[in-house]
Amino acid sequence: MTLSVDISHRLGDFAVEANFESAGRLTALFGPSGSGKSTLINLVAGLIRPQKGRIAVDGRVLVDTAAGMFVPMHKRRIGMVFQDARLFPHMSVAGNLRYGRWFTPPAERYANIDAVVDLLGIGHLLGRRPAKLSGGEKQRVAIGRALLASPKLLLMDEPLASLDEARKSEILPYIERLRDETKIPIVYVSHSVAEVARLASDVVVLSQGKVAAFGPAEAIMQRLDLLPTEERGEGGAVLDTRVLRHDEAFGMTVLGSPAGEIRIPRIARPVGSPVRLRIRARDVMIATEQPAGLSALNILAGTIAAVRPGVGPTVEIAIDCNGATVLARITEQSKQSLRLALGREVFAVIKTVSFDSATTGAGLPAEADG
Amino acid sequence: MSWLLDLTPDEWNAVRLSIKVATVAMLASLPPGILIALLLARGRFWGKTLLNGLVHLPLILPPVVTGYLLLLTFGKRGPAGAFLAEHFGIVFSFRWTGAALACGVMGFPLMVRAIRLSIEAVDRKMEAAAGTLGANPPWVFATITLPLILPGLIAGAILSFAKAMGEFGATITFVSNIPNETQTLPSAIYTFTQVPGGDAGALRLTLISIVISMVALVASEVLARRVGRRMDIE
Repeated sequence: MTLSVDISHRLGDFAVEANFESAGRLTALFGPSGSGKSTLINLVAGLIRPQKGRIAVDGRVLVDTAAGMFVPMHKRRIGMVFQDARLFPHMSVAGNLRYGRWFTPPAERYANIDAVVDLLGIGHLLGRRPAKLSGGEKQRVAIGRALLASPKLLLMDEPLASLDEARKSEILPYIERLRDETKIPIVYVSHSVAEVARLASDVVVLSQGKVAAFGPAEAIMQRLDLLPTEERGEGGAVLDTRVLRHDEAFGMTVLGSPAGEIRIPRIARPVGSPVRLRIRARDVMIATEQPAGLSALNILAGTIAAVRPGVGPTVEIAIDCNGATVLARITEQSKQSLRLALGREVFAVIKTVSFDSATTGAGLPAEADG
Repeated sequence: MSWLLDLTPDEWNAVRLSIKVATVAMLASLPPGILIALLLARGRFWGKTLLNGLVHLPLILPPVVTGYLLLLTFGKRGPAGAFLAEHFGIVFSFRWTGAALACGVMGFPLMVRAIRLSIEAVDRKMEAAAGTLGANPPWVFATITLPLILPGLIAGAILSFAKAMGEFGATITFVSNIPNETQTLPSAIYTFTQVPGGDAGALRLTLISIVISMVALVASEVLARRVGRRMDIE
């Protein structure tokens, strides 16, 4: 799937001007509130008509103002999951799920109701009314409803933003399964580093209506300067790792990565399963010699690949650990006293306890265990 | 007590006619009522204020004036009346259909108001959600908007029915007071009060009016509650 967007749209004194092309499994539109993410996704869905520009999915033009073309939303075959679920209050959960199916030509119905119900774990809710569901359940049903219209592209507009942390970690695994087990490309709007780092394959960073950066999630998450101020502490390297073994005696899980073994608090994932690990830059210390007598369990050897000025008295140091990049945020003073410079061999030190469910993707439902 | 239930054939006819006229008036005003309410709630067009005023006119004008205007327009020699009689064979003047038309017109502003308010209360985001699921605008209206405004629709219909049951001035001006054809309950009661010894008949019909009104009100209440419970607004 390729989503290409070249849009210019003005709302009062706010303008959205975006030009990018993404072929990712899950493309995140990332930025603080008011950056134009929602406007952009509404333009793709066809809820808003752009003043100027062109949007195409896999070469199929959805809107092209120059050619006077506009495909209305009901003909776009683009599923949408809204922040506020928007389940139809006069229908049961089953009625909501079946709604989009009616309007899908039989030849294009690929979504199977049993499979979707299974994927989202909503079988026990089918007979209920939306008003009787919790926030997390509503959102899962909303995802199912969008999927069952057999869309060619799925848009998710801050689907977790109105949920508390517990509900968020209830739904995140389902979105991961959606990304990994179905073939539908997803565009995901979010202002949360934790969600984007965990879910996205590609990230479009929006700032004041413009594309500030675009690239693979691993690269974007290391650009702390691109992150919204209040989320900057969450930024850091994203490593694709795999569960090597569980250390039951100490309640830890050992992950394998190109940088070496990384020990994190025990997570409920089977051995061999992939884990996308985010290492916050603020959690990484740098040592110039192999540390001894240190409580931190993770010590990764590498060479300094980049030194960038950070915010305030900080600098950001990227350490290349055998091909995997780990990002550290330290003070300018430490940098100078340790004489850290490009090419220097150092050790990145990370405490096991600095990993939590937001960075390891733990808090998974019991069925993922085993 | 038996005199209370012992209605003469003419009185029965008035009761039956009133119910028929009110039912037809209510059902026939529903489609245009929904359409006008939609236009007023969502439309953006030149002359919207004018249309709004026109719809509300029967509420403000003396009923006799409305009846007279109907007579001028839909009477045998009125432009609309002549056209409809010639092309569709629909005759209003001095027929029960004319009574239904007069009642429908008089109840129309009440119906439109109720429906318009419920349309304005519909969360348009729901309709957008249905659109992304592939429903075109007519389907969105039929499957989302209409069910969501059902309580307002019921309220509007009941108001229109109630107004029709009580309508007197416009009806008697437009289609007169002909037993068995245009003599509805109010007209019949009025006739009874104009003749000596008509008190018993007037009282009987008055009681029947009260019973019909109460039944209609209770029915609408029950219906609205059932719909409301089914929907459980979040």
